[in-house]
Amino acid sequence: MVNLETKIGKIRLKNPVMAASGTFGPEYGELMDINKLGAYIAKTITLNARIGNPPPRVCETPSGMLNSIGLENGGLDDFIKNKIPALKGLKIPLIASIAGDDAIEFKALAKALSKVKKIAALEINLSCPNVKHGKRDFLIAQDEEATYEIIDAVRRSTALTVIAKLSPNVADIKRIAKAAEMAGADAVSLINTLVGMAVDIDTKRPVLGNVMGGLSGPAIKPVALRMVREAYNSTKIPVVGIGGIMDYKDAVEFMLCGASAIQVGTANFVNPAASIEIIDGIKSYMAASGIEEIKELIGALKT
Amino acid sequence: MKQLKVKIIEHKRIARDFYKIRLRSDSLAKKSKPGQFVEIKCSEGGEVLLRRPLGVHSILNDGIEVLYEVIGKGTESLSVKKKGDLLDIIGPIGRGFELYGKKDPALLVAGGMGVAPLLCLAEKMNRKKIRSYVMIGAKTRSHILCEKEFKRLGCFVMVSTEDGSKGHKGYVTDMMRHLLIVIRCRVSGIYACGPHPMLKAISHMADASGIPCQVSMEERMACGVGVCLGCPVKVNSGGYKMVCKDGPVFDSKEIAW
Repeated sequence: MVNLETKIGKIRLKNPVMAASGTFGPEYGELMDINKLGAYIAKTITLNARIGNPPPRVCETPSGMLNSIGLENGGLDDFIKNKIPALKGLKIPLIASIAGDDAIEFKALAKALSKVKKIAALEINLSCPNVKHGKRDFLIAQDEEATYEIIDAVRRSTALTVIAKLSPNVADIKRIAKAAEMAGADAVSLINTLVGMAVDIDTKRPVLGNVMGGLSGPAIKPVALRMVREAYNSTKIPVVGIGGIMDYKDAVEFMLCGASAIQVGTANFVNPAASIEIIDGIKSYMAASGIEEIKELIGALKT
Repeated sequence: MKQLKVKIIEHKRIARDFYKIRLRSDSLAKKSKPGQFVEIKCSEGGEVLLRRPLGVHSILNDGIEVLYEVIGKGTESLSVKKKGDLLDIIGPIGRGFELYGKKDPALLVAGGMGVAPLLCLAEKMNRKKIRSYVMIGAKTRSHILCEKEFKRLGCFVMVSTEDGSKGHKGYVTDMMRHLLIVIRCRVSGIYACGPHPMLKAISHMADASGIPCQVSMEERMACGVGVCLGCPVKVNSGGYKMVCKDGPVFDSKEIAW
């Protein structure tokens, strides 16, 4: 028997496969067994409701897709009143994802969500490329000090496991990961999407209503692997690998580069059962390679 | 809604870039409603990633038909699939058309590929013995699809082309104005599918005539099931609704045109 159990901060996952924030919801319960996942990450919420960006919000690009949803969500109260009760059949750890304009908003979200019994951890979305945060003209995760300030504020507001979600749109991911670790993050997850755009030559307009969007899917996997490895080598906290994972081979690549767990995003849209197939694939891979504990895989890249 | 592997029973090119595909599936035959759609995985691996949302065109005893136009890499990969191949499909998805009363005939208005879901609706009306007028508009003669199929279902069909190569020269909305406003023909309701500006014009005309109207909307989609919030349409009640989950058929009064 192989053991897939992995640990992120204070939470234990029965397997390392989660569905990435914003790419998954209770709707998929009709098509697959959500309780087979390692954990459930809800779509990012903000303190107040956000209407989101104008259409088109998505478009396919070679081996990938762009999105500019713009964090459409009903806000904190809607999340607690409507979204969490809709997950009452959930038997796996629930991770809430939060974003805000400043430390005050992040603190308020962290405090309120810490009182919700069902929530096991917080993923701090410092890296959504599709929204403007207050007066800032950069993403929180593009700046070491801002990353430190927000994670520090969240850390002081909650005893829950804190995962800092980082952006690939940076010059040096090592410094940002380090800042999150120093501020008390239990783990870092990366990568969020790469900023990109698509152009329609007939209309001579950008395809997306918001002009720019976040690139995801297999196209970004090589960038994600490189950054996961850098984050793994520069911090002592667990790294959650994200970026174009479509099958178990991709997942194993991320683990070899240092990921203690992984998140499946765009693949859910292509195949809602992708995560389940990845879990089964990792099991078979471990059995075939004589690996009993998933820990043996994490960071086992030979260089 | 289910994820299914279904067999292609027939796949043929019916006009220039237009294809009709017949799929064998008891589940889709039983569960599909006019106006709903399916998400088809057009390619395994390669650079085409996302599923393509295509409307249910006809509901058969043992499956469904889908009518589509090749407009990009996804539909291009679909067009080379052969009879006997298996397709990975999620469906049926979304809110379909609802029937109004049968006292007066219904009016179905299609622009271009808009015929796709409306034929399925006409099949249902035929079974329910609801009479219908069908207006089909397209750029040119060769883009007029399904005229025969609608006639076979007993619909009264009117055609318009922008270049005048067939039927009325101009837009379907001209014919609609004539029917509803000039000769004041009574209809129980309007069902429309086509480009956004056409739906907008139809919606305004329906409002002005006090006739209820349902529109089938189109938007680029990723997940197709309401998870990703990628296919918004602005609504009068504030904010957005999702074409995949809340639609694709909406009461035209809901939409913030």
